[in-house]
Amino acid sequence: MTKDKLISIQTICTIYNIEFSFINSLNEIGLIEITKIDEIEYLKKNKIDAIEKMIRLHHELGINMEGIDVISNLTEKIKVLQNEIDFLKNRILFYED
Amino acid sequence: MAFIDYYKILEISKNASDKEIKKAYRRLARKYHPDVNPNDETSKKKFQEINEANEVLSDSEKRKKYDKYGKDWEHGEAYEKAQQQQYSQRSYQNQGTGGSFSEHDFSDFFESMFGGTYQRPRHSQTKYRGQDFNATLQLTLRDVYKTHKQTLTVNGKNIRLTIPAGVENKQTIKIKGHGGKGINEGPGGDLFITFNIKNNTNFKRDKNNLHTNIDLDLYTAVLGGEITLNTFAGKAKLKIKPETQNETKVKLKGKGFPVYKKEGEFGDLIITYHIKTPTNLSKKEKDLFEELSKLK
Repeated sequence: MTKDKLISIQTICTIYNIEFSFINSLNEIGLIEITKIDEIEYLKKNKIDAIEKMIRLHHELGINMEGIDVISNLTEKIKVLQNEIDFLKNRILFYED
Repeated sequence: MAFIDYYKILEISKNASDKEIKKAYRRLARKYHPDVNPNDETSKKKFQEINEANEVLSDSEKRKKYDKYGKDWEHGEAYEKAQQQQYSQRSYQNQGTGGSFSEHDFSDFFESMFGGTYQRPRHSQTKYRGQDFNATLQLTLRDVYKTHKQTLTVNGKNIRLTIPAGVENKQTIKIKGHGGKGINEGPGGDLFITFNIKNNTNFKRDKNNLHTNIDLDLYTAVLGGEITLNTFAGKAKLKIKPETQNETKVKLKGKGFPVYKKEGEFGDLIITYHIKTPTNLSKKEKDLFEELSKLK
């Protein structure tokens, strides 16, 4: 993985004003994946949206790590089901006159 | 502009304590927060109402003003002036609770009572991405056969958009950074555009394949011949084999719909022949058919 696709955890913590322990807890529960290069820890840039959502869930709604895990899984499921509904609606259109 | 009952929104009584307000807000925020209700406009609207109700009721000054003038909100301005004189030396502290929302998310009622220039302090200088915007774009099947550009106006800003050929009905694309402004210099939100594709053609779309029915007269079906078909790519000549059966399917490879984001790749066009039996036969035609039937 090239560094341009990564963002250091320190940067994330500074921008979002969060403790490193928060990122560490997300990593421990398997919600994010930390990449270590030359002793510096990074996160994938394309995961920033997801991390930001987790920060909001934690800070704005007071949801703990386990809750974030459950919500992340369920919203992912909603997304998959929504795509399936759209696909099936398009299939129905195909059979409708 | 209608009066908004903030107590009703937070499902609390008029004499609720600060603790009860906070508890009610957190309970409802957990239920309606946009992050736990993706793509749900009703929840988003409800969350904005809850946020606004909390904004007012969790602030003792605002609550006092709301309780006094709530239903007669038009008098709020006069009250505000009097209050400003009284408290001009005092710095203003607000109990705003989180939420990545800007002043645009408040109702006209709120703006009228508490003013539109009010900036809510955050619990820290945390940078937050701006709000994501959702928009729906109506297109026809013919529109999305070719990649084309379109200009959209979102929140007064013109956005020139390239719509790739082959987008699906209900497909959503993300335009990075064209959502709401970030908070505390955070990055802008994204704009999500969902396509509503109306099909007013004789073709039916199944992903990248197109399907159509063609009526064949009996004579062409029996003896064979040539027909011309209008496709999205132009006119196509089709040879009909002699003795073609009803419901025969013919596949024209690569004459279907473009594959999304794969330039030059197309699905197939599938044609189903429907053979039409002649009606209103003349006496001569009937005699000839009878003669034919005797041959078998």
